[in-house]
Amino acid sequence: MKFSEQWLREWVNPGIGSQELMDQITMAGLEVDGFEPVAGEFTGVVVGEVLSAEPHPDADKLRVCQVSDGTRTVQVVCGAPNVRAGLKVPFAVVGAVLPGDFKIKKAKLRGQPSEGMLCSESELGLSDNHDGLMELPEDAPVGRDLVDYLKLNDIAIDVDLTPNRADCLSIKGLAREVGVLNSLPVAAPEIEPVAAVHSEVPDIRVEAPKGCPRYLGRILRNVNLQAETPLWMKERLRRSGIRSIDAAVDVTNYVMLELGQPMHAFDRDEIRGGIVVRMAEAGETLVLLDGQNVELTADTLIIADHEKPIAIAGIMGGEHSGVSEKTRDLVLESAYFDPITLAGKARHYGLHTDASHRFERGVDYRLAREAMERATQLLMDIVGGEPGEIVEVASDDHLPEDRTIDLREQRLADVLGMAIHRTKVEEILTRLGLHIEKLLRDGWRVSVPSYRPDLAIEEDLIEEVGRIYGYNNLPVTEPFGSLGFRPREEGRRPVSAIRNYFVNRGYQEAITYSFVDPKVQALVDPGEEGIALANPISSDLSVMRTTLWTGLLKTVAYNQNRQQPRIRLFETGLRFRQRGERIEQRPMLAGVVVGSQYPENWANGRRGADFFDVKGELEGLFRLLGIEVRFLPGHHPALHPGQTAELVRDGESVGWLGTLHPQVQKNLELNGTILMFELFLDSIVSGYVPNFKEISKFPEVRRDLAIIIGSEVAFADVERVARKHAGEYLTALRVFDVYEGESLGEGNRSLALSLFWQHPERTLNEDEVHSLFNGVIDALRDELGATLRS
Amino acid sequence: MENLEQLVQDGLRAVAAADSLQALDQIRVEYLGKKGVITQQAKTLGKLSPEERPAAGQKINEAKGQVERAINARRVELETAAIEAKLASETIDVTLPGRGQDLGGLHPVTRTLQRIEEIFAQAGYTVEQGPEIEDDYHNFEALNIPGHHPARAMHDTFYFNPGTLLRTHTSPVQIRTMEAGKPPFRMICPGRVYRCDSDMTHTPMFHQVEGLLVDRNVSFADLKSTIEAFLRVFFERDLKVRFRPSYFPFTEPSAEVDIEWGREPDGSIRWLEIMGCGMVHPKVFEYCGIDPEEYRGFAFGLGAERLAMLRYGVKDLRMFFENDLRFLRQFR
Repeated sequence: MKFSEQWLREWVNPGIGSQELMDQITMAGLEVDGFEPVAGEFTGVVVGEVLSAEPHPDADKLRVCQVSDGTRTVQVVCGAPNVRAGLKVPFAVVGAVLPGDFKIKKAKLRGQPSEGMLCSESELGLSDNHDGLMELPEDAPVGRDLVDYLKLNDIAIDVDLTPNRADCLSIKGLAREVGVLNSLPVAAPEIEPVAAVHSEVPDIRVEAPKGCPRYLGRILRNVNLQAETPLWMKERLRRSGIRSIDAAVDVTNYVMLELGQPMHAFDRDEIRGGIVVRMAEAGETLVLLDGQNVELTADTLIIADHEKPIAIAGIMGGEHSGVSEKTRDLVLESAYFDPITLAGKARHYGLHTDASHRFERGVDYRLAREAMERATQLLMDIVGGEPGEIVEVASDDHLPEDRTIDLREQRLADVLGMAIHRTKVEEILTRLGLHIEKLLRDGWRVSVPSYRPDLAIEEDLIEEVGRIYGYNNLPVTEPFGSLGFRPREEGRRPVSAIRNYFVNRGYQEAITYSFVDPKVQALVDPGEEGIALANPISSDLSVMRTTLWTGLLKTVAYNQNRQQPRIRLFETGLRFRQRGERIEQRPMLAGVVVGSQYPENWANGRRGADFFDVKGELEGLFRLLGIEVRFLPGHHPALHPGQTAELVRDGESVGWLGTLHPQVQKNLELNGTILMFELFLDSIVSGYVPNFKEISKFPEVRRDLAIIIGSEVAFADVERVARKHAGEYLTALRVFDVYEGESLGEGNRSLALSLFWQHPERTLNEDEVHSLFNGVIDALRDELGATLRS
Repeated sequence: MENLEQLVQDGLRAVAAADSLQALDQIRVEYLGKKGVITQQAKTLGKLSPEERPAAGQKINEAKGQVERAINARRVELETAAIEAKLASETIDVTLPGRGQDLGGLHPVTRTLQRIEEIFAQAGYTVEQGPEIEDDYHNFEALNIPGHHPARAMHDTFYFNPGTLLRTHTSPVQIRTMEAGKPPFRMICPGRVYRCDSDMTHTPMFHQVEGLLVDRNVSFADLKSTIEAFLRVFFERDLKVRFRPSYFPFTEPSAEVDIEWGREPDGSIRWLEIMGCGMVHPKVFEYCGIDPEEYRGFAFGLGAERLAMLRYGVKDLRMFFENDLRFLRQFR
């Protein structure tokens, strides 16, 4: 809501400056978004009168004018198309300074002397209009300073109102607030009922009383719509950000700004039969005032005549029934439309109008008649005409009920944290227009005025009192609470510990969008269709991620395109999958690694990270979490078929580690070997609490062996067999060398293992160890075909 | 005896000239060994009279001692030099950079969220999580935002279907927490939220932290102190904080919170809107089965990116989600 400070001060004029006024209303909850002067900064501009305008002897488009500044007459050369004898215009005399520090000096234009300049609105910073000279009214006093004449020492203040404060969408409402804040009375203009001079009344039928509980109509006959809107009204509209159209529209807009009641004027001759307020029939069409042809839906409240729709109620009128210069008789509309019925309708038609903005938030349901009288009076002052009686159709069953709310003094003090003096509370409530119906034993019973639909419960009144008293005048106290403990699982590590683990291993955390490009995701997770947004922001952010890899790989591409060869990223967050009717939202941990394992340095560090580097990092994570996870050969469509491990904990799959499939990598235009992992966070965060075992006092025995075995045999199988036969005193088994070479024969490799034994209560003797060691060698030979390497 | 003097002089010269421990040892043998030239001088004693012998013998011993001391001194010198030479040969360039894994870093938003969580944890707040794909009920209805409410226009919502959406705030977690438990509550819910809006100052996804405290006898004054204390701890500055009446459907009374952030050109305080808060609306309590006569509470919500931008001087919101390594590395 944009308004003129001057206009507001006509209603209520506290003794504070503009800035203080703006601060004050901001702190009352009506946030001032900004302000601007209503005109550019200029001096030396007066009301001038063009006495004559003759063609320029040497220029087709210029005219040589004699202009009076009230004391003398000078010659001015002017190029405006609307310059003519008798016109009153803003006249910048020699010595004037126009906006932009533009100084007016004596000049010659095509040989003709020119002393001063006749101005357009844009040259004075009043509007963007530079089509021609600004035309002043005929009665403008020649020689009067323009700033003074137009009262341009004013600012337009823009308040960003919250949706509950519909009551402040008018000067009347704003003035009420300012009055409360400064404990000042508010002076409203006198609005007297206008007496009818004829008996013609509009035929009004309200078929949808729920949507339209109150509808007022009045005929104003024989108006002259060629009459100009007076300058003062145009100026107020302009300062409120509304363009002047014609007197009928201007007056309805003016009343809306002044009182808060949106109104409409129809051309009576274009209404067939009478006015019907009803719901639209699906498929009905209407050409709106903005020229748009809309097809109406059945949930739209409309104003119709006996043949067709003529307006969308509370949103916009129709073009056909609108007023024009030729309109002779007006039908004025002033109504209360139900906010719930209108909610979202303007948006549905791609519209947002001053009327819909107000009706959706709730207009004062008792305002319609006052507004009708005000508009009639203003119209008659401008366009003349003969008023008829007001016809009012109202449904008490559907009008909002007048409310009373009980406010308890103790509750007020409890919620705000301090007791406010009774007389102060009563003053605040009363000035806000709330009537104290009754003093209760423990508080007040107050009635809520019709312009405050937002006040419904006791808390609403508490807010009003707190707001006007000033939030910053309320005390500050520390809350007290129970000091009880909550359970804390030692075995469950916080996600922050996992994040820190990766950070300490050189990973940078990324946060990527939860919605991704379905084309990229189809490459990474081809078997799973992402849940699609109905209204995505763009096609590349249109489906929910089914894996965190989609976003991470996009991030790899982004950074590779910016000369970053070494990338180590991880992310935690939800992935989203449709599971029948259910949507699964599971927290994941994912990472990607590409480039050298260590930062390039002077000794080495160019070695590219490989599977086992990342596996080692994950193994470290699992030790941190106190869990055992096995890496089994697996298949995943996004991963290299020979370099994929499925991670399994207690028989349950907990994630994947592998190298990005070269084909997928090519399709994504990524460089280098890309290692990736993704784990279910909820499957790994809960581990074991340490459980101490006695340390053996007896010596540990180590035996090494090297075997030659088929390359297809997994180390995991070798380990399994060896452990099975190594007996219960085996304390560790390590692989310390893996070798493949021609000397071993095609399809073979050599594994070097060391085994460690230790007995908790005695020294193992040589024979025992020897026998266990040989048992392992025999089993590896018998079960896996391994031979001892000599 | 002239000869002895000469031998000592020769010996001392040789010791001084010795450049290794071996050479020094040879000199020792040559002069002081059993057959050494000075040792051999003892044989001449037999030719002397018994009266002369003691004095001559003493001279020989003195000569031996003189050379021996020179040898020992020289040995210490040579040994020290040898150690120094070895150390010199082992010198490395300590100014070369170290090797090994680099340090990564947390995303600045995570860093901010963790800081907020830690601050509230000190005061006994729990951290709660909830789904990001939400139902209309938890995101709007139970927060006192019915279908026709104009406040819905304030939330540009991403929908999957009419009843299912991406949460527009983390407030639904408050509802879920209150539904599942019993008061008192002291919790925050950090997380991703989504609005269908994308331009210079909006990203379609961002992070919020909402907080809730429900107990008996909670007042607006408690809310004020909590917000003020949090902001001062977070920014590590004794900031001025002000509360401005505002409107949220789920709180009443409601306030926006501004902090002092520099000065306007005219010297007045420049206020910056930083978060929203208020007393929990009784309707919200009713939706969660909590008696608003028995319990009261306050709630607040803030944008993590906004705090991160102010704290770290980031000017463009969109950088948070580009994940440019050159950006991310600055926050480790």
